[in-house]
Amino acid sequence: MSIGRPAPELPPLSQDEILRYSRHLIIPEVGVEGQRRLKAARVLMVGAGGLGSPIGLYLAAAGVGRLGIVEFDVVDETNLQRQVLHGTKDVGRKKVESARDRIRDLNPHVEVVAHEAWLTSENALDIIREYDLVVDGTDNFATRYLVNDACVLLGKPNVYGSIYRFEGQSTVFCTAEGPCYRCLYPEPPPPGLVPSCAEGGVLGILPGLVGLVQATETVKLIAGIGEPLVGRLLLVDALSMQFRTVKLRKNPSCPACGTREIRELIDYQQFCGIRDEEETDTVPAMTVAELDERRRGGAELDLVDVREPHEWDIGRIEGARLAPLSSFADALRTFDSARDVVLYCKSGARSAKAVRQLQQAGFRRVWNLQGGILRWSEEIDPTVPRY
Amino acid sequence: MPVTLRLPTVLAKAAGGTTVHEARGATVGEIVADVAGRFPELGPRLRDAKGEPYPYVIFYLDDEDIRFQQGFQTPVPDGAEIVVVPAIAGG
Repeated sequence: MSIGRPAPELPPLSQDEILRYSRHLIIPEVGVEGQRRLKAARVLMVGAGGLGSPIGLYLAAAGVGRLGIVEFDVVDETNLQRQVLHGTKDVGRKKVESARDRIRDLNPHVEVVAHEAWLTSENALDIIREYDLVVDGTDNFATRYLVNDACVLLGKPNVYGSIYRFEGQSTVFCTAEGPCYRCLYPEPPPPGLVPSCAEGGVLGILPGLVGLVQATETVKLIAGIGEPLVGRLLLVDALSMQFRTVKLRKNPSCPACGTREIRELIDYQQFCGIRDEEETDTVPAMTVAELDERRRGGAELDLVDVREPHEWDIGRIEGARLAPLSSFADALRTFDSARDVVLYCKSGARSAKAVRQLQQAGFRRVWNLQGGILRWSEEIDPTVPRY
Repeated sequence: MPVTLRLPTVLAKAAGGTTVHEARGATVGEIVADVAGRFPELGPRLRDAKGEPYPYVIFYLDDEDIRFQQGFQTPVPDGAEIVVVPAIAGG
């Protein structure tokens, strides 16, 4: 079954469009009707990052009539290793603008609707309501639960994909008969347990693989062809290059799509237990300027880098010693509680945890370097590489 | 015939750097206990303090979700494969 309007109500194709989409039109399973369905389709992409890049490019090329993009981020140099929707010239630009320009160049027949916002419990229903289906390319658990619940409430299919390092997952949630995200993962992991791509890294090609699975499923749903990835979770392992599907079942006691006890959107930050700011705000902190001044003044202090060895290899603050957070407990006895200890990581979250561990071990003269090595590079020593 | 426990790469570090482990046991819980016994860091990543699975780490026995069977008490046939699928959110 296809999504959208009955065949007689589908928009016609212009001569330009017939030429452009000729390789679709000559596939019997797509044909003119399938292409008209694509033209009539309204697809919302949540996120124009790693997954959103191939999704946006290929759905636009395929002729999806209206592509909404929800994204509030700005293009950063570190995005370009995988976010092929954006170019070097776009660094510093809003991603929705960069995406719109690229898609217009690729296919002027596509209407791009830029939603320059983060998706929130306040705006999600109003935004998603205007579309036929949602493609989830977000990068955090809170937004994934939000997208799921909004799609369940509105009855919109949610084409899901997520990635981490070398592995990805994809499926289609929220169809009338299929399971939803909460059927698969009833609760999110505690904050900090599963690192984001920014923290843990991702093979740049992986979002290409998984995003194109999502784009493929989107086109199939719109055209009503093939077997949709409903009730099956596709697991992609780029290292072993294995694709396997496991069975997903609708959970009758799921509060979203089963019992339907979730009747409105909730506070998803709270649901995901996100209190990062508190975590870093409540430990003693030192600014990079203060650290620089104290070191220049010849102060005796121990500077400790709690990142992992492969990050240490990228760059470090001179004079630091390495004690990764993952094995910090073992390193505790090597610290001297009589000396001042300043800890840093990439941006300050992990070192805040290390400060807490030292405090619990009885250390009193211990500080978290605010903003981590990234801020040190920005404000004090630009020769330290950013990553 | 032993059972294969297949971990995601993200958990390999806690399991001696390897994702594929052979194990013995009559139930999924026993298989998990067998592998976790060899790698103390891995145990808490696969099950909570009470020994139960987390809601964000899913176990598939021959591609079927054990939550719709008998959870960690699900019997494991010889030569079966258990795949561990943790929630990830990157995009």
